[in-house]
Amino acid sequence: MSERRPLLAMQQVTQAYSLPRTALFSPPGSFTVLENIDFDVCAGEAVGLVGESGAGKTTLTRILTGMERPQSGHVLFDGTDIWSADQTQRANFRRSVQMVLQNPRSSLDPRMRVGTALLEPMRSLRIEGDHVKRLHEVLDQVGLDRSALERFPHEFSGGQLQRIAIARALMPNPRVLVADEPVSALDVSIQAQVLNLLKDLVRDLNLGLVFIAHDLSVVAYTTSRVSVIASGRIVEVGQPVELFTRPSAPQTKNLVDAVLTVESGLSGTAL
Amino acid sequence: MTTPPAIEVKNLTVGYEDLNAVRGVSFTLPAGGRMGLVGESGSGKSMTALALMGLLPAGWEAHGEVLHDGVNLVTETDKALSSRRGRTISMVFQDPMSSLNPVRRVGDQIADVIHRHNKVSRRDAMRQAVDLMVQMNLPRPDQLARSYPHQISGGQKQRIMIAMALACYPQLIIADEPTTALDVTVQKQVLRLLNAATRERNSALLMITHDLPVIAAMCDTVAVMYAGRIVEYGPVQDVFRNPRHHYTRGLLDSQPTMDNIALDGSSRLVSIPGMVPPLQRLPSGCAFNPRCPAATEKCRTEMPELGPNGAACWHPVGAVQVVEA
Ligand SMILES: Nc1ncnc2c1ncn2[C@@H]1O[C@H](COP(=O)(O)OP(=O)(O)OP(=O)(O)O)[C@@H](O)[C@H]1O
Ligand SMILES: Nc1ncnc2c1ncn2[C@@H]1O[C@H](COP(=O)(O)OP(=O)(O)O)[C@@H](O)[C@H]1O
Ligand code: SF4
Ligand SMILES: [Mg+2]
Ligand SMILES: [Mg+2]
Repeated sequence: MSERRPLLAMQQVTQAYSLPRTALFSPPGSFTVLENIDFDVCAGEAVGLVGESGAGKTTLTRILTGMERPQSGHVLFDGTDIWSADQTQRANFRRSVQMVLQNPRSSLDPRMRVGTALLEPMRSLRIEGDHVKRLHEVLDQVGLDRSALERFPHEFSGGQLQRIAIARALMPNPRVLVADEPVSALDVSIQAQVLNLLKDLVRDLNLGLVFIAHDLSVVAYTTSRVSVIASGRIVEVGQPVELFTRPSAPQTKNLVDAVLTVESGLSGTAL
Repeated sequence: MTTPPAIEVKNLTVGYEDLNAVRGVSFTLPAGGRMGLVGESGSGKSMTALALMGLLPAGWEAHGEVLHDGVNLVTETDKALSSRRGRTISMVFQDPMSSLNPVRRVGDQIADVIHRHNKVSRRDAMRQAVDLMVQMNLPRPDQLARSYPHQISGGQKQRIMIAMALACYPQLIIADEPTTALDVTVQKQVLRLLNAATRERNSALLMITHDLPVIAAMCDTVAVMYAGRIVEYGPVQDVFRNPRHHYTRGLLDSQPTMDNIALDGSSRLVSIPGMVPPLQRLPSGCAFNPRCPAATEKCRTEMPELGPNGAACWHPVGAVQVVEA
């Protein structure tokens, strides 16, 4: 078996926030949100991160994408520590790792035409080149018509808006996509369209995908390796079906038990 | 003597100007019964619920009959409806923040409902409110009763809303996506409570959601809604095990289950292509026809009605195909 060569990795990351002092002379308290986290993704691989609300998923992605600097530990992109990288390496990292957020309606400016919104990352990352050609490429990749460019966000359904948000993330030609609850605001029928699209992108573009959700069945469907996070620690890592059928950590078991299915509902075992 | 149904809806239409979000909906929910109303967002579920509660937005009108507690709610005055809300019929909303008063303590808000509809002292109302909070499994109920909505978690707020809805033993509770905004683990706790508490009081439950597993777990019957019409209606066990309408079939097939998860992550989910049409551009005939794999010319021109098989479909799933000569 060949050794894993992660494209994006975090090693032994710990993050704590300071709490307000309770009294003038008491020492400031602190709250550890992440503790000794190891997490990585390779090219062409979809990895999942699941955990209850407040477990630390969003904090982990903020650190993974360089939006926040960890108190200790390292974030490596292509083997280089992003916090000690030179300017060229940092610029490369910033365009190579892109995010897709939970609610496409609030992540897209309602007054901006879709075409303008898609060009936004190119402008903020100062990427030169033939952007019109690129726009058409990404629209094809996410399965949207070119007429979308002229329209405004309110003219689209939730599923279409999430495609637009994915298209925007793809514009700078990233190598890793980090998606924080990308389908939890969508209907099941539409959820499936977006999940299938993400899987196609991983395969066709050799993207690394970090997929976050609190619903284990959605993550199991989309990824090939899942980390379970609870109270800021990774408590279990494994293949989705393994975790589903033989959870070993109690926190994983909790998440598995919480998944409702039509079958468990009909047979009266769901609640 | 048989108990009258908790609610009987006949040919309900809800709309504004000349656009109808609900187009001729009928169903009966027996006393103490549990029905699910399911469909993608935009299919008209919330407008149906708001019409039953007499809470339609300005400019919207309901037509048809909504029989409940011996009256037709559609023709009742605002005053009569408002004295009824919380007493014989009550509702739990998706977003508890928008229906709780942000500047009033949650215990007081539950006590208000009890005090308004019953001849009890303020103190007794408060005592009953705390009792209800105990039943809702809320931690430290005495202390929590004195909190304001922003000081408690989403799951706790939703349990306060359920306590308020249950406080006066209503004949009917309408829950519109009560757990959609909650984390899965919290979702299950809230559903359990809603399930047990409505059964204990023999309150009928109308559960509105786009989440099929929730309906399978909670309801006896289900109505599947698409573009403002009920397209399939029947016992949950029949409809979910043996769907006859292609939309119901599509919703069931889109569910991620263990059966369609491959070990290496290579599995694909089935999805329904396209989206729910906006009210301004409803397709003629069967409104589902642009997304349906079985659509024919007839589907594009003639609108199917609910048949004896429980589905409004010209070519039901599983039926023998008759080739027209
Ligand atoms: N800037 C901050 N200061 C203090 N505490 C914070 C800060 N950001 C996050 N936290 C806390 O850290 C914990 C983890 O938060 P995080 O947003 O990462 O959770 P999550 O797993 O993404 O949850 P959800 O599923 O609800 O999105 C929570 O207890 C949160 O309140
Ligand atoms: N305030 C409103 N003004 C105009 N159209 C609305 C309004 N609220 C809902 N609609 C439309 O009515 C239809 C049904 O909406 P709704 O009952 O909220 O659906 P659901 O609850 O099934 O998601 C949709 O087409 C929606 O766009
Ligand atoms: S009536 Fe026709 S279009 Fe509508 S669901 Fe049935 S087969 Fe499909
Ligand atoms: Mg989060
Ligand atoms: Mg709704």
